[in-house]
Amino acid sequence: MIRILKFSFADLARSRWSYIYFAFYLVLGFTLLFLNESLGKAIVTLINVIIVLTPLIGTMFGTMYYYNSKEFTELLLAQPVKRSTIFLGQYLGLSLSLSGSLVVGLGIPFFVYGITKSGEIWDFGLLLVAGFFLTFIFVALSFNIALSNENRIKGFGYSILMWLFLAVIYDGLFLLSLMVFNDYPLDKASLFATVLNPIDLARILVLLKLDISALLGYTGAVFRKFFGTQLGLVTSFTILILWVVLPVLRIVRKAKKKDF
Amino acid sequence: MLSFEKLHKSFGKLHVLQGLDLEISEGGVFAILGPNGSGKTTLIKSVLGMVIPTSGKILLDGENVIGKWEYRENISYLPQIANFPANMSVKELIESVKGLRQKKSNEHDLIALFELEPFLDKKLSNLSGGTKQKVNIVLTFMFECPLIILDEPTTGLDPLSLVKLKRIIADAKDAGKTILVTTHIMSLVEEIADEIVFLLDGVIYFQGSLAEIEEQTEQSSLELAIASILEKEKA
Repeated sequence: MIRILKFSFADLARSRWSYIYFAFYLVLGFTLLFLNESLGKAIVTLINVIIVLTPLIGTMFGTMYYYNSKEFTELLLAQPVKRSTIFLGQYLGLSLSLSGSLVVGLGIPFFVYGITKSGEIWDFGLLLVAGFFLTFIFVALSFNIALSNENRIKGFGYSILMWLFLAVIYDGLFLLSLMVFNDYPLDKASLFATVLNPIDLARILVLLKLDISALLGYTGAVFRKFFGTQLGLVTSFTILILWVVLPVLRIVRKAKKKDF
Repeated sequence: MLSFEKLHKSFGKLHVLQGLDLEISEGGVFAILGPNGSGKTTLIKSVLGMVIPTSGKILLDGENVIGKWEYRENISYLPQIANFPANMSVKELIESVKGLRQKKSNEHDLIALFELEPFLDKKLSNLSGGTKQKVNIVLTFMFECPLIILDEPTTGLDPLSLVKLKRIIADAKDAGKTILVTTHIMSLVEEIADEIVFLLDGVIYFQGSLAEIEEQTEQSSLELAIASILEKEKA
């Protein structure tokens, strides 16, 4: 599997898009630090970018990469290599290269501005961990969609819809339900709904760590009570890990049965 | 060496292989022929495990290979369409594929034969179709495998490269290897094939030598023989 991983990684490391993605974070990091002149504020601004953008890029690259390397995958399938090895190798290669762009691209400007000597290092670290998870989750989800759809236009469409649903529509429905069921106690329900969506979960995790949860009002207090505890933290990370593991298991299962 | 027992494969409602039985003996060139959609590529891909048969057995040296992968160490495959990672160079691709196999490889002779040296450091996305096919041929023949499978090997090749390819196939045959070829070019079949396997509607319609198929259909060439079989079937 390491060989296939190296394969995809080497291929992607030379792709123009990886560099554009990397350069984007580099420029973004420097710009935010230059404009905010404070590590803390720059991190807060970054939250929204990372929470929305890493899933989108993961989705788009995941789908694109799967379809573009289809013929090459066929060449690999004829080699003495296990199927699951091929697909897991490609998945890890892509996810690692994308999250690498994120970590290095943002890491350089923040390092230059002295993040390692400041108190915000843990906030920044958590933000990167959130971006890491979101990348792995959305690449896995988009691989799933691409594996199930021979038609690449359809596959691409479904992937973008999936992202749109989790990043935008889900929150809309969530707010709508809060309005409709206003008369009921909703803190448990909203906690539950937040935990189920990886994007919301990542956002809340970072926001709470940054100590700006006062902005979240009463619900924020409930969230704080939950996420602040050991159990809350363990639960959230378990769910994020499940969001990676379950789609990956489906990739393996689906790949075993597929005809090429 | 290779045998198929009651092999079935459906894609949805389409029943491509319908209980196919076939025995391929060791050594020689076997041409797998048949009209479009008769199941040639499906048959080949099921040997490689790329297509998973609905039912039946594929025995390689007496062992059922469906669902396994280690056996592919002993098979070389030339796919119909060659598309490689765009950002890799030819050299890197060859090294990478070498890394996937245990066997020793002799790519240098083949690179020299097809005059690929000037392209070794070029990115694969910048190569022409014919050059890609040559790289593809190098990747296929650089390992010493007892079973070689070629799917439309002549696509995009110029006449000189075609002559070289035929020579490689002849050498492989002399070395006692078993070679399966699918092609629509009948002159190639007449030139290199020892035995013809004719597929029609997912079963073997005919298996035998060139002389036998011509005799059976009372035609003077393979092309005419195949045409007459197809016409008879339609009628």
